[in-house]
Parts: sequence; C-alpha cells; structure tokens
Amino acid sequence: MSMRTALRATSALALCALATAATAQDTTITIATVNNGDMIRMQGYTNLFTEQTGIAVEWVTLEENVLRQRVTTDITTNGGQFDIMTIGMYETPIWGANGWLLPLDDLSEDYDVADILPAMRDGLSHDGTLYAAPFYGESSMVMYRTDLMEKAGLEMPKAPTWQFIREAAAAMDDPENDINGICLRGKAGWGEGGAFITVTANSFGARWFDEDWNAQFDQPEWKEALTFFVNLMNDYGPEGYATNGFNENLSLFQQGKCGIWIDATVAASFVTNPNDSTVADSVGFALAPNAEGVDKRSNWLWAWALAIPAGTQKEEAAKAFIEWATSKEYIELVAANEGWANVPPGARTSLYETPEYQEVPFAAMTLESINAADPTNPTVDPVPYVGIQFVAIPEFAGIATEVSQEFSAVYAGQQSIDEALEKAQALTNDAMEAAGYR
Amino acid sequence: MARAVTPRRKIITTAVAWAIGLLIFFPIYWTILTSFKTEAQAINDPPLFFSFDWTLENYAVVQERSDYMRFLWNSVILAGGSTLIGILVAIPAAWSMAFVPSRRTKDILLWMLSTKMLPAVGVLYPISLIFVQFNLLDTRGGLIAVLMLINLPIIVWMLYTYFKEIPIDILEAARMDGANLREEILYILTPMAIPGIASTILLNFILAWNEAFWTLNLTAANSAPLTAFIASYSSPEGLFFAKLSAASTMAIAPILILGWFSQKQLVRGLTFGAVK
Repeated sequence: MSMRTALRATSALALCALATAATAQDTTITIATVNNGDMIRMQGYTNLFTEQTGIAVEWVTLEENVLRQRVTTDITTNGGQFDIMTIGMYETPIWGANGWLLPLDDLSEDYDVADILPAMRDGLSHDGTLYAAPFYGESSMVMYRTDLMEKAGLEMPKAPTWQFIREAAAAMDDPENDINGICLRGKAGWGEGGAFITVTANSFGARWFDEDWNAQFDQPEWKEALTFFVNLMNDYGPEGYATNGFNENLSLFQQGKCGIWIDATVAASFVTNPNDSTVADSVGFALAPNAEGVDKRSNWLWAWALAIPAGTQKEEAAKAFIEWATSKEYIELVAANEGWANVPPGARTSLYETPEYQEVPFAAMTLESINAADPTNPTVDPVPYVGIQFVAIPEFAGIATEVSQEFSAVYAGQQSIDEALEKAQALTNDAMEAAGYR
Repeated sequence: MARAVTPRRKIITTAVAWAIGLLIFFPIYWTILTSFKTEAQAINDPPLFFSFDWTLENYAVVQERSDYMRFLWNSVILAGGSTLIGILVAIPAAWSMAFVPSRRTKDILLWMLSTKMLPAVGVLYPISLIFVQFNLLDTRGGLIAVLMLINLPIIVWMLYTYFKEIPIDILEAARMDGANLREEILYILTPMAIPGIASTILLNFILAWNEAFWTLNLTAANSAPLTAFIASYSSPEGLFFAKLSAASTMAIAPILILGWFSQKQLVRGLTFGAVK
C-alpha cells in the first residue's frame, strides 16, 4: 500500500517537474503553413524569434488543398497537432463562428491592431472579433506590358473598363510573335477560375444569391459576364486557357507571352523581379476593370493569416509568435535584409505610409485595390453573405468547385454558356436546399 | 507449333519495348532534368532539353530549408516497418489459404481486396478519431500500423499466388518426416518461396514509400516522411518547379537505386508462375 502511494507521489512529482520544464524553456510550437514566398522567408527568420523568447518553432509546410483538409480534420477531431494554422479569409469567419479558433482580442498595445488595414480586419473577423492576424494580404489588379501598349498607341487609364481591356487586348494580340492579348484564369476550382469569374460577374452587376439564398445564374447579368469573358478569351486568350490558373498565367506573363494579365496583387513582385521575369522593366498596373456603368470593380480580397486553434495547449507561445510575425518590426526586419519590395504586403496601414515603400512600383496600386474591396458589400444588389470572390458559408467551396467545373467545360468548348448556367443554377439551388438555406 | 522469330520481328519488338520504356521513364527523366535548371529555365517555352546552364542551386536551397535526413529516416522506418510486419502476418495467412483452403477462402480473399476499393478519404474521420483517442497522431508506430493494414491485402494476395505454385506434396513429405507447422512454414515453404517473398517485400516497400494520403494526413512535425517533404515544395502562388523537382528527385532517389539493384529479383518474382 505504502509502496503504491510512494510510486504515485513520485510520478506526480515527476509530471510536475516535466510540466514546469516545458513551460520554462522547452516550449515548441507547431505551425501549419503553405509554401508561398513570404511564408518561406519568414521561416528563415524564426531563429531570431526563438532567440528572443526561447520558444522553438516547428514548421509543417503543406500544399494548399492538403493544408485545408489537414487543419480541418485536426480542428474537428480535436487532434491538437498545430498551435498555429495558416488560413485564409474564407475559413476565418466560418471557423471563428464555430468556436474553432481562439479570439485575438487581447493582443498587446505595441502590436497596434488598429494599424491593420480595415478591409483585412473586417474580412478576418466574425461579429466584430478578430480571429486571425493577416500575414500578407492581396487584392487583384491589371498588370500590363507598357512597351506593347505604347506600340499599340494606347494608354491604360488608372481605372479601366472591361470594354477598354478588350480593346487593348485586341491591339496587343500578336499570334505571329506568340503574344496573347490577355491571359486570365480558366482553371476549375473555387479558388482558381471560380474566384475570377465570380469577381468578373460582380463587376457586371451579377451576384451568387439574392437575399433569400436563391441562386442567380438565371439572371441576365451572369449571362452577360460569362459571354463577355468567353468571347474575350476565345478571341485574344492563350490556347487551352480552360486549364490555366495563377501559376500557368504567371509563367506565360514572365516569358512575355501576355499583353494583359489580371490577377492577384502579390504577382506584381514576381513579374517585376528581373531574376525570374523577362519583362520585369516594362510592367504597368491599373485597377481591376468594371463593366461600363456598373459601380463595382472586379477586384477581390484575400489574406493569408495566422490563427490559433481552440485545442492548443500553448496559447501564450502561439500568441507571442503571431504578434512577432505580423508586427511592424517584422516588416522592418525583412526590409532591412532584403529590401522593401520583398516585405509581406497588404496587411498594415503603416507600411503604405513608409516613404521607402511608396517608391516600390506596385505599392500604391496594391493599396488602392485593397481599399476598393468591400467584403461586406461585394455586389451591386444586396446579398445575404460576406465575401467578394467567395461566399463565406461552409457549403461554398463544394458548390463553387462544381460550378467552376461547368464553366471550365464552356471554356474548353465542351458545352454552351446556356447549358453551363442552367446546370450551375440547378446544382446550386439543390445544394442550398439540402443544406437548409432555402 | 512455335513461331519462328524473324530478325524483323525482333527489331520491331525491341523498338516497341524501348518506346514504351522511354515513355514511362520520361516524367522521371524530366523531373531530374528540371531539378538542375533555374526557376526561369524550368518554365521556359519551348522546353529546354540540354542547352542550359546546369546548376546545383536548387539542391542547395532544399538542403538548407528542410531536414532531408529526418524525412528520409522516417520513410525508411515507415516503409520498412510496415512491410516487415505485413509479411510476418501474411505468410501464415497465405499458407492457410493456399494449402488448407476452406469453402469460404475465395470469398475471404475477395473481401480482403474489396477494402482497397474504398477511397482512403472515406475513412479519414474514423481513422483520425482513433488516432486522437490513442494518442497516435504524428507517431511512427501509428502510421506503420495503418500502412501495414492498407497494404496487407496485396501482400496476402501476392504470397497466396506464389504459394499456390508450390506443390503441396513437398510440404506433405516434410510433415511425414515429422516437421511441425512452424518448421514446415519456416524451413520448407519460406525458402522455396524466397523469390516471391522478395518481390512482395520490394513491391510493398515501394507502395509504402510512395503512400501520400495517410502519411500527409496523420503526421505533423515528427513522423512526416519524404512524401510530406515533396508536398512542402508545391506552391499555389509562385513558380518553384525547379525546387519541387529537386525535392522530388531527392525523395525518389533511394527507392530508384534500390529498384535498380533489385530489378532482376523483382522481375523474376513478378513473373513467377506466369509461364507454365
């Protein structure tokens, strides 16, 4: 009996000792992330964070879709494998509402939450509570070849219309020299071509749902938007654009094979980097276009943000890391070592007030694009949802992937625009009915 | 009557075999080639075959960014462990099915194979919950068990096919000489089935090495094998094909070398019993 008590006491003591040791110095946090340039750069600087705080960091880098599946499973099964997760603007409000994320409402004063760009803060909040801190943010904008525009005798306005974009694409299109007038995303997937056609539709006055969650693909605005897009791409786009996503278009543009490319603002730092891009010194920027007379532009809003899952045992350490990684000081650290063009963009107001950063060619247009995006008011007509290139409800990813597959089939010439819209309308309404929205 | 093999026929067969071989090998060749290019050359159109400046930079970057040896070691342990345990379980199972079949043996064999027909993601949640319950997430032990179980049907099937080729008379003779069950399996059956067992081991080692669903979904920092190492170089926003290719080349190199040295064994095992 006494033997057993002694044993119990010893193991309890040992456990206590272990626990203290763990909090004192051996805290290791595990972060799930994606392989994006800015994220990789941050991994290189984490040893500085460890030196300052004694908190070690383990990185688990995954492909974007695997990351989503992995962190969703981890959160829903209470797996507790990650102390910080890299998630986007789509997941954050949904997961926050489900109670899966810890609220970031007690960040330190030095951190200066008010400095985070308002559009980013809104998009990463649920009911006014911030659930993820933006590491970098993006909108979308027009990138174009200044040399080809000049040759065509045209001048890109700061805020072009789709009609002008078509005119410019026609003027720059030069099949003999392997130059496509315009390159846009056609690849199936809610975050790829699905995102692009959704913002295009917004800028033609269309919307996904009316206020009673009825699908709107049977409305004339959707047909107008899709018809414009398909004609534009068939006339001046690259062969096989139905399978082109961000990376495929980046590759085409960098090799000088596109006159215009409308895509994420983060692409600006890639296409202006002379190491990778053959057209680095002749890229201009403009706001994403709208259809003539429509008071909504086709720019989206996205952020890769750091959030803490509710199941973590290391809340304090995780918060410390998030404060470090998304701070003004981190931006200065990167600027000092790698130049201002390489700092994570689109998260903080103060960055855009820095005189050195204002000299970066794409800085002003990025900020303007982000500020022009309003996730709570994304379309001309009122909608019951938040989100610009997505609808922030859990069912959206599945529905939009199917819809974008129907649209990609149009781009590939496998079905007509009317057929695709009819199918999209039916499948969206069915799914929304099954989910209990209608 | 056997058909005479004319020289022309031989040339055509050889040419076709080479063409198919090259076709299958091309993606691997292209991956290896791309790993020696810069990121700009990797996406060059037209594609560059030889005329580029070969660089080792990608390997240097990958080496610096990731702890390759840790991933490699995990791959070796996971693939090796699951294959060995699988073989130990499967040899007695295949023995009983091959030599003392019951009325239901064929059904059991088919039922076992049917577990391979369900997409893995269908059982993601049950398996994840079991792993959480027993604290197996991100442990090698848990993954070895899962990999062993998903490959077990194939191991049993392969061994069963090889064992069926062995005349039961030999085993009976051993029994007459007083061998017990353990000795019969260990000293008579196993040595005779060595080519079959070897190719089963090799094939399952390769399958476990390449398994990229469970190894990505049940690991985090500690037990992630080379599949996770490759996945970490795939990027939604940015062109890192050269680095991705370097990582892929490093991940497949060990298994490629193993396959190269054991190809005779592998071919012999896979065609064992095919010609009667």
